[in-house]
Amino acid sequence: MTKAQPNDRPRQRRKRRSIGWVFVAPFLFFYTAFLIYPALQVCYLSLTSSDIAGQGSFVGLQNFAELIRDQDFWASLWHTLYFIFLTVVPNTAVGFFLALLVVRLKRLRLPVLSAFFLPFVLPVSVVTTASLWILDTNFGIINYLVGSSIAWFQDPVWAMPAVALVTIWWTVGFNMLLFIAGLQNISTDVYEAASIDGANAFQRFISITCPLIWPVTSLVLVLQLIAQFKIFDQVYLLTLGGPYNSTMVVLLYMYRQAFQLNRGGYASAVAIVLVVIMLLISALQFRLLQGKRAK
Amino acid sequence: MKRKLPSLLALVCTGLTVIMALAWLFPVYWIVATAFKSETDTIALPPSFVPFPPDFGAFIYVIQNSPIFRWYLNTILVSSVITFFSIFCALMCAYALSLLDFKGKGLINVALLVGFMLPFGAVAIPLFMLMNKLHFVNTYAGIILPQIATPLSVIVFKRFFDQVPIDFRNAAVIDGAGDFRILFNIYIPLNWSIIWAMAIVTFIGAWNNFFWPFIVTNSTPMLTIPVGMTQVQSAYGVAFAKTSAIAVMASIPTAAAYLLFQKRVTQGVMAAAGIK
Repeated sequence: MTKAQPNDRPRQRRKRRSIGWVFVAPFLFFYTAFLIYPALQVCYLSLTSSDIAGQGSFVGLQNFAELIRDQDFWASLWHTLYFIFLTVVPNTAVGFFLALLVVRLKRLRLPVLSAFFLPFVLPVSVVTTASLWILDTNFGIINYLVGSSIAWFQDPVWAMPAVALVTIWWTVGFNMLLFIAGLQNISTDVYEAASIDGANAFQRFISITCPLIWPVTSLVLVLQLIAQFKIFDQVYLLTLGGPYNSTMVVLLYMYRQAFQLNRGGYASAVAIVLVVIMLLISALQFRLLQGKRAK
Repeated sequence: MKRKLPSLLALVCTGLTVIMALAWLFPVYWIVATAFKSETDTIALPPSFVPFPPDFGAFIYVIQNSPIFRWYLNTILVSSVITFFSIFCALMCAYALSLLDFKGKGLINVALLVGFMLPFGAVAIPLFMLMNKLHFVNTYAGIILPQIATPLSVIVFKRFFDQVPIDFRNAAVIDGAGDFRILFNIYIPLNWSIIWAMAIVTFIGAWNNFFWPFIVTNSTPMLTIPVGMTQVQSAYGVAFAKTSAIAVMASIPTAAAYLLFQKRVTQGVMAAAGIK
């Protein structure tokens, strides 16, 4: 190979350069047309009074000025944060707990793991259908078994916790899988060495499992933060943002502005705020991953 | 004696784990059980936990009174096309990013990372406008096109291609093989299991996708199952057996795909999360 003729090389290299573009072209076409272009478009739209058909004029920062004074927008942001508070840490903690339970099983492992993971592969509308039925005020099995008469999705106090509960039931299997992988990566030698030194199970858990699983924990926390910030489907299907807007979240607010009130420009401004927050979270994730790699 | 105690504890622990797993599955069981009841039985008190004899009335009603088979067909078509093109494009792109040297590669890497962070919801408005202009609202193309480019698959495949020893490619180049043949005859067969895993995960994701089909379709015959079933439910009003029956039918394909290809799904989920 080192003996390739000198004349041949530039041409071959040029050929290879163009073939690189041939290989990325299909992906890049779809990527540019349906992600990059709309992403740039949304920036422009946020500065216009456009309707959902794209008709409107340039209004500068007027949308953002209105957004700052929009009580409903701030409320939706606040509700999203409340939802994050109710899901991110609990979902991670439950995932870790389930992983601890599953990882010590042998023959029962696969069926038990599948039971916890199965809800995750169901369509969201199936999950919400099951939830609306099970948590139904009058005929729901939960109210029957507990003997309560809570209107889970119609009560402003209970609606958001109920949506959070459904979300955890649905998605915790994903977190559990990541924790199981992390737990399996911890060498058994470490535990054996600690046992020989006289550490009991509790001590081993506190001073071996917890610190060694931390990289996975931080990963799960950030993934959860990103996923829950985008909450839309469950809220739309369970409560439509009600009762009294108590579950109106940012993406649902954007949807309503755009597709129900026909305010594409203003909704785009909401989208921009969402993107900025998401990029900040992603930057945090990037730093965490970098830190992990540096070690 | 010291040995007996942990084993008893272990047994209790295992027992509790199994009970928890069953409790976790209960909502799934309950919706299946409800689907096999008559409407009057669903709201009977005390509720019957085993629907015996099973009542198929709800299923028959749903099949006769909703375009569920059309929705099945839509969803199968849409998910299959998305899966095929998404995996194909991702493989080609990953190969170029991993093994080929070309101008602008750095830019593509950055664009991938940005796209990966961008929430889909944020681009939904201009995307809808674009589809509207192209007359793709309420068409298969409208549902499919935005779901083909998945940066995540590119990132995963690139990571796997990076791990294939470069000698494989060098040897093939000396033998005169072009890059297409190298990709299809060496890199794809060598990474078959992860490709298969990502394909199943992509298929399940496309099948379950609610947000985008919900935005881009509103004519009844063009809906996918996850969107269509919600429409039927609001039309039925309070009819728990019927809504449960349609939910059961909507979940069979993805639940079956998971139970059949459990290992691959697990592998795909891990790879997508960046572990392994």
